[in-house]
Amino acid sequence: MRFLLGYGSCGIASGANDVLASLNEAFAGTELKVEKVGCNGLCFAEPIVEVITDSGESILYGRLNKESALEFAEAVKQGELPLENRLTEDELKFLQGQKRIVLSGCGKIDPESIDAYIENGGYSALKKALEMGADKIIEEIKISGLRGRGGAGFPTHFKWQAAKNAQSDEKYIVCNADEGDPGAFMDRAVLEGDPHRVLEGMMIAGIAIGAENGVIYVRAEYPLAVKRLKNAIAQMHEKGYLGENILGSGFNFDFHIMMGAGAFVCGEETALLASLSGNRGMPVTKPPFPAQKGFRKQPTNINNVETFANVSWIIDNGGEAFASMGTEGSKGTKVFALAGRVKRGGLVEVPMGLTINDIVFGICGGIKDNAKVKAVQMGGPSGGCIPENMLDTVIDYENIAKTGAIMGSGGMIVMDEKTCMVDMAKFFMDFTSKESCGKCVPCRIGTTRMLEILKRIADGEGVSEDIDTLIELGESIKTGALCGLGNSAPNPVLTTIKYFRNEYEEHINNKCCPAKKCTALIEYSIDPELCRGCSLCSRKCPVEAISGVVKSPYVIDGEKCVRCGQCIDTCKFNAIKVLSGEGNK
Amino acid sequence: MAGKFKIKIDEILKKYSAPEESLIAILQQVQELCGYISRDAVECLTEKTGIPSSRIMGVASFYAGFRLKPVGKYRIMVCMGTACHVNGSERIGDTIKRVLGIEAGDVTEDGLFSWEEVACLGCCSISPAMMINDTVYGTLTQQKVIDIIENIRKGEGK
Repeated sequence: MRFLLGYGSCGIASGANDVLASLNEAFAGTELKVEKVGCNGLCFAEPIVEVITDSGESILYGRLNKESALEFAEAVKQGELPLENRLTEDELKFLQGQKRIVLSGCGKIDPESIDAYIENGGYSALKKALEMGADKIIEEIKISGLRGRGGAGFPTHFKWQAAKNAQSDEKYIVCNADEGDPGAFMDRAVLEGDPHRVLEGMMIAGIAIGAENGVIYVRAEYPLAVKRLKNAIAQMHEKGYLGENILGSGFNFDFHIMMGAGAFVCGEETALLASLSGNRGMPVTKPPFPAQKGFRKQPTNINNVETFANVSWIIDNGGEAFASMGTEGSKGTKVFALAGRVKRGGLVEVPMGLTINDIVFGICGGIKDNAKVKAVQMGGPSGGCIPENMLDTVIDYENIAKTGAIMGSGGMIVMDEKTCMVDMAKFFMDFTSKESCGKCVPCRIGTTRMLEILKRIADGEGVSEDIDTLIELGESIKTGALCGLGNSAPNPVLTTIKYFRNEYEEHINNKCCPAKKCTALIEYSIDPELCRGCSLCSRKCPVEAISGVVKSPYVIDGEKCVRCGQCIDTCKFNAIKVLSGEGNK
Repeated sequence: MAGKFKIKIDEILKKYSAPEESLIAILQQVQELCGYISRDAVECLTEKTGIPSSRIMGVASFYAGFRLKPVGKYRIMVCMGTACHVNGSERIGDTIKRVLGIEAGDVTEDGLFSWEEVACLGCCSISPAMMINDTVYGTLTQQKVIDIIENIRKGEGK
């Protein structure tokens, strides 16, 4: 019997170390042992232990803590598999309908062991690729229809072919692991949970374009991913999978890790290259493309983590098997990171061609607290909000783009009625205006002006021309900006205006925030019918804005109140109401 | 700058044959050594590598990962990612500001705490989240934040 403990960053943050200590304590002196694995994507139920019985059955235990893990382990020692803390049948729907290629090893194998990777079929694609040679590899990738998973969806074979065609003795493969889209965490999960899969994909790309060096540009905020990558690379050297004359093939390859220093714009290829050279991460105009003149001015191919993680599967199973999944223009699978107001958040890998509804409601169980879904945000700061009535949109690059959002790296943030669309637009614009590198005027000044207008609207000082000004500014930034960051920065604003224009109008004309989120437009008050005068809220209020006499209704002083919401969290009688709009006050 | 720091900076520089290309990695290690990128450290790097201090500062000020001011013993990083925002991270930041009595980027008088808003920590499933030094705290509420800070203060005898 095997015991697999999810030991990724989020598992550890949820208490996996306590669980590990309990299990180790209970299993000491027995033959039972715990295996640490990466994140299996069921983030909503962390910390998780998967039991694989001798007959191969999988049983998942979730939301464990120190005590429950100890009870579990004691029961196991008695030869039982307890029923407590098992994931329910409903929760297990999360795994139905998924097709795992990129995530196939995450949560299944020990990410710190190259042997575990090899036992599960790892590096067989590398061996095959060494025999196939460059042209056949690129042909197979072409047949597969693989498109870049980092955002833009550019055909992978095309980039590889261009880098192969470039004449030079020195070429580079670069992996963009600077996952900067707030709300996306699939790259972290793969790097932490199955680092060899990414490295193998990079090496196959190296054979295809004729590169002997791979550079991984990884976020410094992902220390565990860095540690596991370094460990994986050291093990590859020991086993002869790296260095010179790899597996007797005459092919040489080695890896270098560079830690990013925190700049969203470095997701843009030319900015990433500037950063790799020790400069400010500022993009430059293309051409020359990186395939002609990239890292150290040599031909360079840049793909993101998820793209590389698909490569070994394609070589192992053939391009046609990959192309048999998905839609006409978007083949294979895509990993989505579900977060926000969704019931079962986590990582989901599905064939392209499902609808957003299939994922949010089918796999992830709908909205927290059974609230009503309002929109799903896709593509992060470069993407857009897709409204509820369009959630039957089929997921592929083209259909998502038609909504005004983008596939992006696969972050899906689910929003309910409590999410204010003006506030979301302001949030993303705040992000992109800060992350704008400042090189080109449309992006640097345009995003700043858009943010000012959005702030004004959220503060109840918007004027009726503001919406049209936002659209005009947005359209000019999209066409005028130098790089992808600027070209897509207005998307969150433009899509929320397109689908939720009435919310903007409510803020501007009626000084009302329908979602009751924008603090300048809301007021708190205590319903005297419901208040029992328990005084709890008044004691919790950080600014002493609540006063009254015990056992009679309390009142909130609107002048002092900072609308922090502590009283709402505290009140047991649901007596505190939030009001917004002139008519409601 | 104290002599022992200069020696350690020498040790860092020894690892890199092309300091201009490796400037970001060098700065990362200097920051780990000193806690932040100080004016002295920049001048020391210029002296030893010949890279103009304007270029070093240009790089250090461009990236969010470099700090140009010292941090507290406990460095609180409040996640400002999308999922955390939807689940109320603004209030988490406000609470910390209130409890510590300092603005983002500043250090408390006793040197114990500093706090800052950071880009997504990638722990979206346990949002809102924050990190104190190397530990991630998730599914935060205002009360939980107050308790966490209080516990650290108690542990430090303050």
